[in-house]
Amino acid sequence: MNQNRSIGELIRDFLSETGQLAYFAGRFFREVVRPPYEFREFLRQCYQMGNRSLVLVLVTGFIIGLVLTLQSRPTLIEFGAESWMPNMVGISIVREIGPVIIALICAGRIASGIGAELGSMRVTEQIDAMEVSGTNPFNYLVVTRVLATTLMIPLLVIFGDMIALYGSALVEYFKGGMSFQLYFNKVSDALAYADFIPATIKSFFFGFMIGLVGCYKGYYCQKGTAGVGKAANTAVVNASLLVFFVDFMAVFISDIFY
Amino acid sequence: METRTQHTESKKATAGKKEVIRIRDLRKSFGENQVLRGFNLTLYENENLVVMGKSGSGKSVMIKCLVGLMEPDEGVVEVLGQDISTLEQQELDHLRSDIGFLFQGSALYDSMTVRENLEFPMRRHKEKLGRITDTLPLVMEALENVGLAHAIDLMPAELSGGMKRRIALARALILKPKLILYDEPTSGLDPITSKEIIGLMRNIQRKYGTASLIITHDVDCARVISERILLLVEGTNYAEGTYGELSSSTDPKVEAFFKK
Ligand SMILES: Nc1ncnc2c1ncn2[C@@H]1O[C@H](COP(=O)(O)OP(=O)(O)O)[C@@H](O)[C@H]1O
Ligand SMILES: [Mg+2]
Repeated sequence: MNQNRSIGELIRDFLSETGQLAYFAGRFFREVVRPPYEFREFLRQCYQMGNRSLVLVLVTGFIIGLVLTLQSRPTLIEFGAESWMPNMVGISIVREIGPVIIALICAGRIASGIGAELGSMRVTEQIDAMEVSGTNPFNYLVVTRVLATTLMIPLLVIFGDMIALYGSALVEYFKGGMSFQLYFNKVSDALAYADFIPATIKSFFFGFMIGLVGCYKGYYCQKGTAGVGKAANTAVVNASLLVFFVDFMAVFISDIFY
Repeated sequence: METRTQHTESKKATAGKKEVIRIRDLRKSFGENQVLRGFNLTLYENENLVVMGKSGSGKSVMIKCLVGLMEPDEGVVEVLGQDISTLEQQELDHLRSDIGFLFQGSALYDSMTVRENLEFPMRRHKEKLGRITDTLPLVMEALENVGLAHAIDLMPAELSGGMKRRIALARALILKPKLILYDEPTSGLDPITSKEIIGLMRNIQRKYGTASLIITHDVDCARVISERILLLVEGTNYAEGTYGELSSSTDPKVEAFFKK
């Protein structure tokens, strides 16, 4: 990025970029309802995203569960509140840490992948070739991918949450002697729909944003190999920032309602 | 046509034939960069027309205006008798099924096998194929035309540059188009492979009798394949004629193309 730009120029760039992304989102909503529906490509994308990210999500989730529990134990013990561990870990993972961390990982893995893939397709004229063959490339490439991330990221978040709780339960079992049954009973007592539903809705938005930004950056990739790298790179950065922004909005809104 | 240097021989050969492409006063700029500044071109049925121009002179921009991948700022673009700018999306797609397009860098779909690449244009143009349900014979025919029937299950990454170009050619031909547009068919290939590609292009022309518009800056390619050559200089059609006429021209701008 050019270091010499003034604040005014940065703000102008930011606004124009936001406007273009909004326009791209508008086009998505127009095309998503318009046939033909590329169902097979959608399934293929879902499968690939799940396949490529699942192990990463599981490993990260597991470690987060472990670490969170290990580090909170001393403090909780100090207050004599050790038995509250499942409640605390359960709520913080399901409501906040699980969705955000897993969305960030998917921003790194999926948004960059989409950005690079569509970017290289743009640069090597594959997108033009599709258009000339009578297939609408926006429908075939963008709509399927955005739908796939919107569906798959909430699923990945659920898997990540579960394994994080399992990691936490493992620590409690070995360090505090709490049985798995007791641990999960306590977690399910502590969690209400008011924890689970906003987190899931939020995850859908994370997924939507990750797919949208990845596709936007790739679809309008600039010519040249440098363009592809830049598309992948800015896709990750912007998707991650949007995850935080959506998270902030979600917490803000759910704070009003609950 | 207001080409500056129009040679008589090529004019006679094209008299009275049906027009496949008609471009009049085509203009296109990108910001300050005026790429096409009033370009004219006519391609007749069964004809091979070569457009030559320096790199960056707007050849690809011109050919993209022909299939609606780019919108001209001004001018008339008619392909197979239809004005591109007035067409609805569906009509445009229908017209595109009659046009084969060979892209500069082959543009094979990386994530698909050769067979899927060739089947891709058939997805939306089923009406053109009639009631064919088995696409394999069509794929095989197209692959045999380019001598690569054995590559049917390979991925593009497993192919050499020359093989990719041939597969791309097969893909451009799969719907039996009435018109083929070649964007630098020999760019990035070694001389021997280039000759093979040119040979294939001629065979295909002979076999199916399609009209071809070939964009190139390769003089050898132009010499072998052209019936008529049009030079694109500074955004306009600068000169026109057969290879013999143009290569013996004394105009310095024309000479520059043919100097060894
Ligand atoms: N999408 C675009 N945006 C901006 N400029 C472009 C675009 N496409 C082509 N150009 C410019 O138009 C000119 C001609 O490009 P092109 O038609 O690709 O050249 P060539 O004759 O080598 O095929 C170049 O200067 C290029 O920078
Ligand atoms: Mg070009």
